[in-house]
Amino acid sequence: MKARWLPHPALTLLLTLIWLLLNNTLSFAHLVLGLFLGWAIPLLVRGFLIEVPRVRKPLKLCLFMLKVFYDIVVANVHVAKLVLGPKSRLQPAFIVVPMEIENEFVLATLTSIVSLTPGTVSAGLSADHKLLILHALDAPDADEVAAGVKRNYEAPLLEIFECSRT
Amino acid sequence: MPFWIELLVSVFLVLGSVFALIGAIGLYRLPDFYTRLHGPTKATTLGVGGIVIASMIFFSSRNDGLSLHELLITLFLFITAPVSAHMLAKAAMQQKLPTVEQTHGKPWD
Repeated sequence: MKARWLPHPALTLLLTLIWLLLNNTLSFAHLVLGLFLGWAIPLLVRGFLIEVPRVRKPLKLCLFMLKVFYDIVVANVHVAKLVLGPKSRLQPAFIVVPMEIENEFVLATLTSIVSLTPGTVSAGLSADHKLLILHALDAPDADEVAAGVKRNYEAPLLEIFECSRT
Repeated sequence: MPFWIELLVSVFLVLGSVFALIGAIGLYRLPDFYTRLHGPTKATTLGVGGIVIASMIFFSSRNDGLSLHELLITLFLFITAPVSAHMLAKAAMQQKLPTVEQTHGKPWD
């Protein structure tokens, strides 16, 4: 059973870390203040927090984050080339990707990653959360982009987080 | 400040500025609303990233201790940029804004 006076220990740590970074210090006073804020804020807003699924594979999560950072850098260079290249050669497309993820938090993570990485922006989600609509800047082959999103981001997320596969 | 730190800071500053500029050019040049969304959401993340890294190196080398609070800028940017892009694209699709003719697949048809 989760303790009532400490509903989200991980969030408490995260908020403390953010507080210390904001103040750019490691002094004891700020550590205490940060811990207090990290304890009080989740308690005050607990009614609004969505359930975050447990991380099953922390090491895999770290590797996945590094890969996403790498992809973001590649995305920037790729988009830069497209932006400066000839306009008529662009082949934008709306792509519908069927989603296997059910959990709201993981779905939000996936859509954010998709928006930050190569040539795609998430543009919509069907009401039943089964279809994700992407807009791709340059997609000669729509199926390949959809398959890439599923393979590179959806599959690892399903593996890392403890959530049901439909 | 040693020369090589100055060099490193300048390299990251120029890199960041170039990507921010490319994002702005994309916003101006690309043909329709949806493609224009791509410029600001991507090119600027690396643009801001470069400038933030330059700032971290500069202030860490100048006075006492590490300067890491710039990391928060990156964190908040990575959380907010995709959400705002998603909302803009969703609103545009609701309004059925025109697309360039070579666009494949229109979800509202």
